Amino acid sequence: MSVITLPTTADDTIIEKLMETSRRVPPPSRVHAAKWVDTAFEWLTKSFAFLVFSILAAILISLVIGSTLTLEKYGFSFIWTSDWDPVREQFGALVPIFGTVVTSFIAMLIGVPVSFGIALFLTELSPAWLKRPLGTAIELLAAIPSIIYGMWGLFVFAPLFQSHVQPLMIKVFGGMPLVGVLFEGPPIGIGMMAAGLILSIMVIPFISAVMRDVFELVPPMLKESAYGLGASTWEVVWKVVLPYTKIGVVGGIMLGLGRALGETMAVTFVIGNAHRLSASLMAPGNSIASALANEFTEAVGDVYFSALIELGLILFLITTIVLAVSKFLLMRLARQEGDRT
Amino acid sequence: MSVISPTNRVYLTRKRGNAVMLTISSLALAFGLFWLVWIIVTLLYEGGAALARISLYTQMTPPPGADGGLANAIVGSLVMVTVGMVLGTPVGILAGTYLAEYGRNSWLASGTRFLNDVLLSAPSIVIGLFIYSIYVAQAGHFSGWAGSVALALLVIPVVVRTTDDMLKLVPGSLREAAVALGCPTWKMIISVSYRAARTGILTGILLAVARISGETAPLLFTSLNNQFWSLNMNAPMANLPVVIFQFAMSPYEDWRRLAWGGAALITIAVLVLNIIARVLFRKSD
Repeated sequence: MSVITLPTTADDTIIEKLMETSRRVPPPSRVHAAKWVDTAFEWLTKSFAFLVFSILAAILISLVIGSTLTLEKYGFSFIWTSDWDPVREQFGALVPIFGTVVTSFIAMLIGVPVSFGIALFLTELSPAWLKRPLGTAIELLAAIPSIIYGMWGLFVFAPLFQSHVQPLMIKVFGGMPLVGVLFEGPPIGIGMMAAGLILSIMVIPFISAVMRDVFELVPPMLKESAYGLGASTWEVVWKVVLPYTKIGVVGGIMLGLGRALGETMAVTFVIGNAHRLSASLMAPGNSIASALANEFTEAVGDVYFSALIELGLILFLITTIVLAVSKFLLMRLARQEGDRT
Repeated sequence: MSVISPTNRVYLTRKRGNAVMLTISSLALAFGLFWLVWIIVTLLYEGGAALARISLYTQMTPPPGADGGLANAIVGSLVMVTVGMVLGTPVGILAGTYLAEYGRNSWLASGTRFLNDVLLSAPSIVIGLFIYSIYVAQAGHFSGWAGSVALALLVIPVVVRTTDDMLKLVPGSLREAAVALGCPTWKMIISVSYRAARTGILTGILLAVARISGETAPLLFTSLNNQFWSLNMNAPMANLPVVIFQFAMSPYEDWRRLAWGGAALITIAVLVLNIIARVLFRKSD
């Protein structure tokens, strides 16, 4: 028996009412319209996602096309030739590659331990109410435009570095065997050492932010068990937190390295822009990014242009690989975390 | 004798080691803050006087030796940043919407997420080179448009990332409720997901503005610079970062003064934007 009892005889008013309600349901054409809009919207978002997906490939292709001339002329020898002579049109990328690698290495040498200390402080030591302001302040270091670091480095940091720090460095390390050669030459302030130091300040916010985030992933129970066994704060961080998060920490370091390798303006101001290969860190050098910034708009001749674009291609390849590895490691940590919970 | 006694050597060494390492950690934080403070103080000290002069905002960039301001550079920067945001934000939001709402874990979505994160940290000078080869070299001249497109390419990854992250935070039950009421997906995304993630997405947009406001490297090869007042997007366009770069590297004292003024102006703007974005975001959670 049905719940709704319909009148047995046809009642005109009821039929009228039923027809009235059926008229209020949107006709099929409007339902179709909504479906059409739905598909369109999905494809719109999808095509923009695909656009983002293909930007990196487009950059790669355009740089390869732009540098065909030197790619064909020098092949791989471009990478280990140190000539850079626009007049005779002889080009080699060794000096800028060397400068990029050396300055980034100095930046990592200083930036990584400092970032670790900052992350440790923010996750284990800081009182809760100070965590946010201090964390924000460190992140603001990343917000300062790189050209500001460059100006400050050239006009404020380099003169002080030249008069107070460099003479000391040369005196202490200059006479040592092996490392002595790194600290040879007169103190001139600007150079690879100054560029590396400024880069180290610039990468601190990136590395310490990743480290802080991955440290917070450590299950409290693990830390509490270590504390319960009588471990000190340092022992908990060094023997429990760090081993647990090592993949993420390496990922953070790689992210910082990727940033340091591609940094342009800050380095351009302080590296000295000399196309000369020198073992001493006190000497001026050149990096890929600063060579581009300085010479690109003034370059004349197809070969010169092509050589500069190939420099850009090399920089692009190095940073993309470093950043991809970093991302891959961080994703692995996140997935591992997902499996556990 | 108890293990934890003040005379136990192992215990003492561990305790001392702990104290030393924790002190070093605090010093590391102080080290980081020290540079931040030093840079800001330098900017205010060197640029403060220039900032206070009204001519900075009303006069054009001068030839060496003459008095002037940065009006054309300030306006040029504002125009290019605005156009860059207008071009980049919709692309970023729509791509981010695909990642969070449709693609989820499909190959296109995971691939895009991965490449977008690489793009986020890619050297901005390479972006400049890219736009130079596909736009400036073809058109034959530097232009404001090229600069804006380069900036837009820097905006996209920031907005994609935040849109994706923020939409993923919207609870699935909200979406299900909307769909159960017969709402089509596109309408659900616009009136439920976007509304719920509004502040987060806005934060991302503000951070993108802050990021591109100070970018110099990509503009060197795209918009270059212009000494005169010009709102023509098809011609080289003045902008603060490149003017700062040229003036700071010059040997003229008054150009350097202006460069410091511009530097202080940009930094204050960028830091204020960052702080607003953070405060806004904190209020939302």
